[in-house]
Amino acid sequence: MADSRKEYDVIIIGGGPAGLSAGIYAARARLATLLIERGAIGGQIINAEWVENYPGFAEGVGGIALTEAMHQQAAKFGLETLVTEVTGVKVKGKQKVVSTARGDFTARAVIVAGGSERQKLGIPGEAEYTGKGVSFCATCDGAFFRDKPVAVVGGGNAAITEALELTKFASKITVIHRRHELRATKILQEKAFAEPRIEFLWDTVPEEIIGETFVSKMRVRNVKTNKKSDLEVAGIFMSVGFRPNTAFLGGLLELDETGAVVTSDRMETSVPGILAAGDIRSGSIRQVIAAAGDGAVAAISAEKYISG
Amino acid sequence: MSKPVEINEAAFGENVLKATKPVLVDFWAPWCGPCRMVAPVVEELASEYDGKVGFFKVNVDNNPKVASQYGVMSIPTLMVFKGGQPVNTIIGFRPKDELKKSLDTAL
Repeated sequence: MADSRKEYDVIIIGGGPAGLSAGIYAARARLATLLIERGAIGGQIINAEWVENYPGFAEGVGGIALTEAMHQQAAKFGLETLVTEVTGVKVKGKQKVVSTARGDFTARAVIVAGGSERQKLGIPGEAEYTGKGVSFCATCDGAFFRDKPVAVVGGGNAAITEALELTKFASKITVIHRRHELRATKILQEKAFAEPRIEFLWDTVPEEIIGETFVSKMRVRNVKTNKKSDLEVAGIFMSVGFRPNTAFLGGLLELDETGAVVTSDRMETSVPGILAAGDIRSGSIRQVIAAAGDGAVAAISAEKYISG
Repeated sequence: MSKPVEINEAAFGENVLKATKPVLVDFWAPWCGPCRMVAPVVEELASEYDGKVGFFKVNVDNNPKVASQYGVMSIPTLMVFKGGQPVNTIIGFRPKDELKKSLDTAL
């Protein structure tokens, strides 16, 4: 059990594909490795019902099944897992101290793989109506909007995937995007354009969310004409980007202007012996395959650091 | 170790509304990723608050009436009940400390 010891060779923070891959590589290299995850193992990809682009699965694979398999694979090589919240990371001589709600743990090397979370838009009504019509997860909340009109804000892969998911429930889905074309990959665009219940409001940004107990409409503005209009919706799904989870680092590592951890191509951060992998990393393309690759590189760099 | 108990609509009144102690209800569904993230944290709290707070889980897929009665439109929703009334609502995955504060104010 993880509670039986406090000193490790490697501590991995975060149990998504980046952390799990790092765990497979580090544990298989016979390093005493602890992975700390604050919630469920698997990271954000557990929200994906079906992953179509992870190599080796010709028919696709469920997000939960994929990461459960990664976890079993890592555990087989001896990875230990602890579910708790990391509250801080400090350097103490050659050791790194990882503080958690379950006490301090030390390691020679730390791999930061804390991922990212949904960005909030910051418009009036957003916080007030979160859970009252404003949602950050179509997979979770789509069923509450059966036969009702909804909006999806955003134009990337996550936004279009959510819009497609919502066709199972909603009467009409309006995608609101600030540009005149989508950033989402072509295959998703083709699916969305072919779906009669998905409509698009181009060059448009949300200004305010309006309702009483629940959301009833959203005020939007066309960025070219500045014309405002109201859209009647029961649900609003926010998909306007992601913010790296770096609060627990408390300024220890160099971050870029978006708040992501700056790394070398070997996943080294500004502090020797601390590596970063996955969505938390500056320049991440936010794909499972890339996170898994980052994790492997970070584990190999950690091994070199420890033995060097 | 005390664990959250899965209940249905029929058992809601007896276990939640008529409870003499504060109660935390975890509204969840199997398809929801963030619900899976919250579950281990709620389990830890169930152990830590054993005897002081009752912990129940309601699957919104099987129990849509009670979910809509309490205005649940996003899961996971953790609702703290005291004397049969909801006193605190937490939506989505939140740090354990925040959940503890919300329980402590109901004690």
